[in-house]
Amino acid sequence: MDRCELMNRISEVEFVCVELNLYLDTHPGDTAARNDYYSYSTLLRELITQYEAEYGPLMGFGNSPTNVGCWVCSDWPWEKN
Amino acid sequence: MWIYQKKLEFPVRISNPDLTVAKALMAQYGGPDSELSAGMRYLTQRFTAPDDRIRATLNDIGTEEIAHWEMIGTMILQSMENAPLQELERAGLIGHYAMHGRAVYPSDPNGVPFTASYIQSTGDPIADIAEDMAAEQKARATYEHVMDLTDNEQYLAPLRFLREREIVHFQRFSECWNILKEIYPEPARGRGR
Repeated sequence: MDRCELMNRISEVEFVCVELNLYLDTHPGDTAARNDYYSYSTLLRELITQYEAEYGPLMGFGNSPTNVGCWVCSDWPWEKN
Repeated sequence: MWIYQKKLEFPVRISNPDLTVAKALMAQYGGPDSELSAGMRYLTQRFTAPDDRIRATLNDIGTEEIAHWEMIGTMILQSMENAPLQELERAGLIGHYAMHGRAVYPSDPNGVPFTASYIQSTGDPIADIAEDMAAEQKARATYEHVMDLTDNEQYLAPLRFLREREIVHFQRFSECWNILKEIYPEPARGRGR
């Protein structure tokens, strides 16, 4: 996967997590949904770790332990390139 | 606290701008039913929400709204950043240009600035959740009105995503409404005493 494909994959998996998270907010006892949330959260963590090891931090405040790239020099998401 | 993630929730890239759409989109950046209103409303109401599930829903939907606010700001910015003055004028954005240049500012399409009076936090969970359900439907209607203005897929793809989020959020708040009916089978009168 190139950078763009990896980012798209992160967005897809993160969207699944957002949806399951909101569903679980009102259905905290749904075991199947909790298992899905756990699986996709694990996958999301793996993809973000892979992205950050290659291209630099996605999150600030100590949440992206990587020595690659830098927080201030990567594009902001509202920039076109 | 919040942790910023340096990405949008859904990709936005406007290389073929439509300033009329950008102006209309200000409804969702700084209008009464904007993503900003939604985020501030839910993140404020959560402090006095009476149930763990409702607190979680308000916290997490409120957080997602701020990511949607960022998407709308990005769409407006990318539409206006290289726009010639004549095109701003043709789209009715000279008032915006006079006060804000090509910057993004939380006002509605008519230039009315955002105000906290767009939101409520009554301390009455039934009133608050009813407002939240209405807010999601009003935002859905606004997205549909904006989508009526264009065939440009660079706007329509993120707008379809955002419109669908309003529907899902309405569903979650409806479930909160049902939780409240279980908690408070009697009318609310006198509960605060």
